[in-house]
Amino acid sequence: MCLAVPAKVVSIDGTTAHVDMMGNSSAADISLLENVRVGDYILVHVGFAIQKYDETEALLTLSLIEEMLGKAGPVS
Amino acid sequence: MNLVNFNDTGIAEKLLNEIHACAGLTGPVKIMEVCGTHTMEIGRLGLRSLLPENIELVSGPGCPVCVTPGAYIDAAVELALGKRIHIITYGDMVRVPGNEASLEEAKTKGAEIHIVTSPLQAIYLARQNPEDAFVFLAVGFETTAPATAKALIAAYETNMDNLTFFLSHRIVPPALAALIDGKDLDISGFMLPGHVSAIIGEAPYQFLADRGIPSVITGFEPIDILMGVLDLCVMIREGSPKVVNAYPRIVRKEGNPLAVAAYEKMFEPVDAAWRGIGMIPRSGLDIRDAFRRYDAAKKYGMSMASPEMARQPAQCCCGAVLKGKIKPNACPSFGAACTPRSPLGPCMVSSEGSCAAYFKYEMTA
Repeated sequence: MCLAVPAKVVSIDGTTAHVDMMGNSSAADISLLENVRVGDYILVHVGFAIQKYDETEALLTLSLIEEMLGKAGPVS
Repeated sequence: MNLVNFNDTGIAEKLLNEIHACAGLTGPVKIMEVCGTHTMEIGRLGLRSLLPENIELVSGPGCPVCVTPGAYIDAAVELALGKRIHIITYGDMVRVPGNEASLEEAKTKGAEIHIVTSPLQAIYLARQNPEDAFVFLAVGFETTAPATAKALIAAYETNMDNLTFFLSHRIVPPALAALIDGKDLDISGFMLPGHVSAIIGEAPYQFLADRGIPSVITGFEPIDILMGVLDLCVMIREGSPKVVNAYPRIVRKEGNPLAVAAYEKMFEPVDAAWRGIGMIPRSGLDIRDAFRRYDAAKKYGMSMASPEMARQPAQCCCGAVLKGKIKPNACPSFGAACTPRSPLGPCMVSSEGSCAAYFKYEMTA
């Protein structure tokens, strides 16, 4: 029920963002977020954007995991 | 900007090996995942069969539909059939059995049941049909409560008089506190719900670490879930309980303060019944007095704050399942008297219920 879907902001009209949600055109209310910009990915739940996606953090998480696994040595 | 994939099988295999190495150095580990979406993903990945024998994953009360009391469904059915009110609901709710009937059964008797995917559609429906009275069934955890609050304020500010809200929102941290207070359940660590945490942030879980229980805010892709298990295993092995945020691409330390402010403005915490579990102090949300005009419970005289609300049919083990005391397939009704097609309890109805997940993915587990 807490399923939330990432969507890319295509245009913004007041508190409504028109978004590309996995290839489908849709709309989301962005009044629960600040500074949403065209091109951002937002996480949409029951019609509302609840958080912005942070690509920098995503890449950092992945590189930390890879570094940790590298230190763990080769996997048999 | 691009979305980064967290499903690389090479990394996943290495993480699994790390988990096995870590588990070799610990005793039995019982991890509870507190989110129906995690339950489904763990089932889909077949993760239980891949983990070391001493790591057990149990599913907690992480499906809002499953913990909604039967008496709430009964009240909604009574509104729809007895008072001829139009009910607006998320699709997950319509097949949940009440003590008498489900909303789906009410619909076959002529009730007006409207399925929506957003509370904004409830506003739209009510505005399009000013002659009819509508009640929106507002269920869900912290993830969903801000949307209800936004819809309620929209109704309030435009002075709508044909739409009210029947609240059964629940808050996750008090339920975790109730679970660890229970003496018969020995949880070593919690896999915390990613999208509830996107709203409330890290601080509301600190009490877990203070009480010696590690927890990890976890995302929903395969690498996220494996990393959640590994982080928990390491903290358990080292005896260093913390709240780890392993989903920082979505979850900020402070959560989403605007979203929290939205529901705290409209709603106040109240004691609430969880189906199959019982009353949990300050684990529900109720409409504040200033907005009481939009409270369906008040308007139509329904009381939702009784321990009786948590009752379950005798042959349904949803309560024990929701507390992680038994696996779904240990219930005598599982797969026999109770199937997704003909469910006895809510855990088998909801697509994210523990029993539905087991039925779909782990019948032989």
